[in-house]
Amino acid sequence: MLDNNQLLRFTTAGSVDDGKSTLIGRLLYDSKSIFEDQLKAIENTSKRKGHDGVDLALFTDGLRDEREQGITIDVAYRYFTTPKRKFIIADTPGHIQYTRNMVTGASTANVATILIDARYGVIEQTKRHAFIASLLQIPHVIVCVNKMDLVDFSEETFNNIVRQFEEISSKMLITDVRYIPMSALLGDNVVNRSKNMDWYQGAPMLHTLETMHISSDINKVDARFPVQTVLRPQSEAHRDYRGYAGRIASGVFRKGDEITVMPSGFTSKIKSIDVFEKSLDEAHAPMSVSITLEDDIDISRGDMLVRSNNKPDASQDIEVMLCWLNNSPARPRAKYTIKHTSNNQKAMIKEVIYKIDINTLGRINDDKELGMNDISKVKIRTTKPLMVDSYRENRVTGSIILVDDATNETVAAGMIV
Amino acid sequence: MSKYYLNYLDELESEAIFILREVWAQFQNPVILFSGGKDSILVTHLAKKAFYPAKIPFPLMHVDTGHNFPETIEFRDDIIKELGVDLIVGSVQEAIDDGRVAEEKGKNATRNTLQITTLLDAIESNKVDCAIGGGRRDEEKARAKERFFSHRDDFGQWDPKNQRPELWNIFNGKHFQGEHFRAFPISNWTEMDVWNYIKRENIAIPSLYFAHEREVIRRDGTWIPNSEFLIIEDHEEVVTKKIRFRTLGDITITGGDESEADTLEKIAVEVAGMRQTERGNRSDDKRSESAMEDRKRQGYF
Repeated sequence: MLDNNQLLRFTTAGSVDDGKSTLIGRLLYDSKSIFEDQLKAIENTSKRKGHDGVDLALFTDGLRDEREQGITIDVAYRYFTTPKRKFIIADTPGHIQYTRNMVTGASTANVATILIDARYGVIEQTKRHAFIASLLQIPHVIVCVNKMDLVDFSEETFNNIVRQFEEISSKMLITDVRYIPMSALLGDNVVNRSKNMDWYQGAPMLHTLETMHISSDINKVDARFPVQTVLRPQSEAHRDYRGYAGRIASGVFRKGDEITVMPSGFTSKIKSIDVFEKSLDEAHAPMSVSITLEDDIDISRGDMLVRSNNKPDASQDIEVMLCWLNNSPARPRAKYTIKHTSNNQKAMIKEVIYKIDINTLGRINDDKELGMNDISKVKIRTTKPLMVDSYRENRVTGSIILVDDATNETVAAGMIV
Repeated sequence: MSKYYLNYLDELESEAIFILREVWAQFQNPVILFSGGKDSILVTHLAKKAFYPAKIPFPLMHVDTGHNFPETIEFRDDIIKELGVDLIVGSVQEAIDDGRVAEEKGKNATRNTLQITTLLDAIESNKVDCAIGGGRRDEEKARAKERFFSHRDDFGQWDPKNQRPELWNIFNGKHFQGEHFRAFPISNWTEMDVWNYIKRENIAIPSLYFAHEREVIRRDGTWIPNSEFLIIEDHEEVVTKKIRFRTLGDITITGGDESEADTLEKIAVEVAGMRQTERGNRSDDKRSESAMEDRKRQGYF
C-alpha cells in the first residue's frame, strides 16, 4: 500500500504549555500509531499523577530528567505512518535557551509546524520559531492555532492571529504558510475535522501533511556529487573497478554526462552509475550511488563531481549565518575544523558582521561575542577552497559545521549566504 | 508529480548507506555489532550494498552471552562465510569465568546487563573506534534521543544530556584516543519499515522469526522458549505451541507470540496489525521506566 509513498520530515517547536506534546500525542493517537502497551503505560502514569482521563502529552516523554522536570530538553524523533506517507517528527523544545536544538531539528525538515496558543496570539516565541524556520529555509510552514476551545472557537480570533503572523512572516523568507485552527486536546482539526468550526474551509493537519507537495523541496537543477569514499574491490571479478561512492546532494546525473572534478578542474564523462548490482541511466538526489568515469583521474574524499556547465563557487572566503551551539563562546580568530559535505578544512572566523537579537529580530552591531544560541552573520576564511552554493539554493552544499579541535565538539552550524 | 523523488524505503536505504560509508571514511577500525537479530542482519545487508562490488570493509562483532538460540549461531556462521568477512566474538561466559562479572541469581536472572562489560572489553581490546549498531529510534524512548553518530567517553559511557548536535547530513566523528562512537544507520526505520524492506529485498533471516513449533512455558504473559538455561518452577508447564519471535535476544528472556505467519508476506501483515510494541515481550525492558536509558548510559547497545 505504501509503495510509492514519500517520507515527510517535520519539526514541532513549542514550550511546555502551548500544547505541543498534546498535539503530537493526538496525531499519533488518532492516526492509530500508538500501541496498546504504550497506551496502558500512559494510562497508569496519568492515573498516578491524578489527571482526568489519558494525558496524551505523556507519549512524548523522553529521558528521566525530562520526565521529572516535565520539559523537552533535546530533540526526540518520533515516527508514524499513514496509508499516504511516512512521517518523521523532530520534536524540539521551544524555549530560547534551546535555540540550538530547534536549529538541529529544523535542519532536515520539509515542514515546520509552529504552535500558537489562541488565547495569546503571536508572541515573541512565535517570532523566534518563524525566524528559525526562515533561517533554516524549511520549505513549508504550518501555523497551528491551538486551544481554539478556550476562545469559543472564534473565527475572528483566528483571523486576527493569521494577520499577526502574516505581518511578521512577510519580513522573512517564508513562502508556503498554512493556518489551521485546532484543539489538540479535543482532537479538533488534528486528524479529524472539527465539528465546532464550520467556518474553517481548509483541511485538518494530518490531511495537510499527507497531501503537501514536497517533491520540489530538493534542488533538482544543480548536479552536485560530493565524493565520500572510493570503492576499489581487490577481487578477481572487479579488478579494474574504481567507483566514487557518495550521495547525490542535488540535481540529476546521467550516464555520458560531461563532469568536472572540483577543485582540481579535471574533466571526464560518466561511464556508469551503479547501485549495488544494477547500473542506472540516471540518478538524482538524494540517492546513494557509485559513479565510475571514462578516465583515470586522481579523485578522493572531499572532492566534488559537478556537471561541467554548472559549477559551484570555489571559495576560501565565505559569509555565513552562524548559530553557535556550544557552552564555550567563540574565541576571536581561533581556528576550527570546518566540515562542508565530505570536505574538512581548517577555518577561522575573521569577522562578526552583526548578531541578531532573537527576540526583536533586529541587528546588534556593537556586541561581537558569540555565545550559546547566538545567531550572527560572520565572515569565515578557510585554508583551502570549499565548493559552495548559497544555502538558499542548496541546503546540502550550502551548509557547514564548525568543530573545535580542542574538544572535538560541534560548536557551530552555518548557512552560506 | 515529478519522477525525481524516492519512495520512503529507498530514501531510508540511501540514508543508511550514506551513514555506513561515512563511518568507513571517518574511522580507522569500525565493526558491525551483530546479534543475529533482524536489525543487525539488515545493517549488514545495507553494508553489503554500500560497498559493493568491494566486500564489507570491516568485521562483524558478536557479543555472545552463551544463552543463544542455536539457530542464531548457525545463521551467524553462515553469513560470515557468505560475506567473507571476519568475526570477532566477545564472550560473556569467559568474562564470568575470569571473574570480570558476576552472574545474576534467581528465576528471572539474565545475562543482559553482563553484556555491557563484554562489549566494552571487546571494543577496547580490538581497538574499535566505531561500533555500528542496529538500534532504531522508534524502539524505546531513550533510543529516540540517539544521534546517528553517538559519542562514548573513554569509559564507554553515553551522556544523553550532552550530545553533539547533528545537523543536515554532516556527521562529526572526531574523538580522542580511548573514546569511541556508536553509529546507527537505521535510526529512522520503524519495525514496519524493517519488515517491508526485508520482504522487498528478500533478505535471509533466522527461522526463529517464522512461525514454528516449539517447546515453551507461559511466563509474564508471554511464551518463553524451553532451553537448558531455563529454571522451570513447579507450577509452570512445558507445552508445544506454534510461535514466532518478534525480536531476538537471549533465549532466556525473549518471549514469543502464537502465530501462523510462516512467510515474510504473512509476517508483514501480522506486524501491521500488531497492537503491542516490539519490545513489549522483552523482560530486560520491563524492569523499570528507564531500564534502557540506564543501560545505555553505561555502554549498552
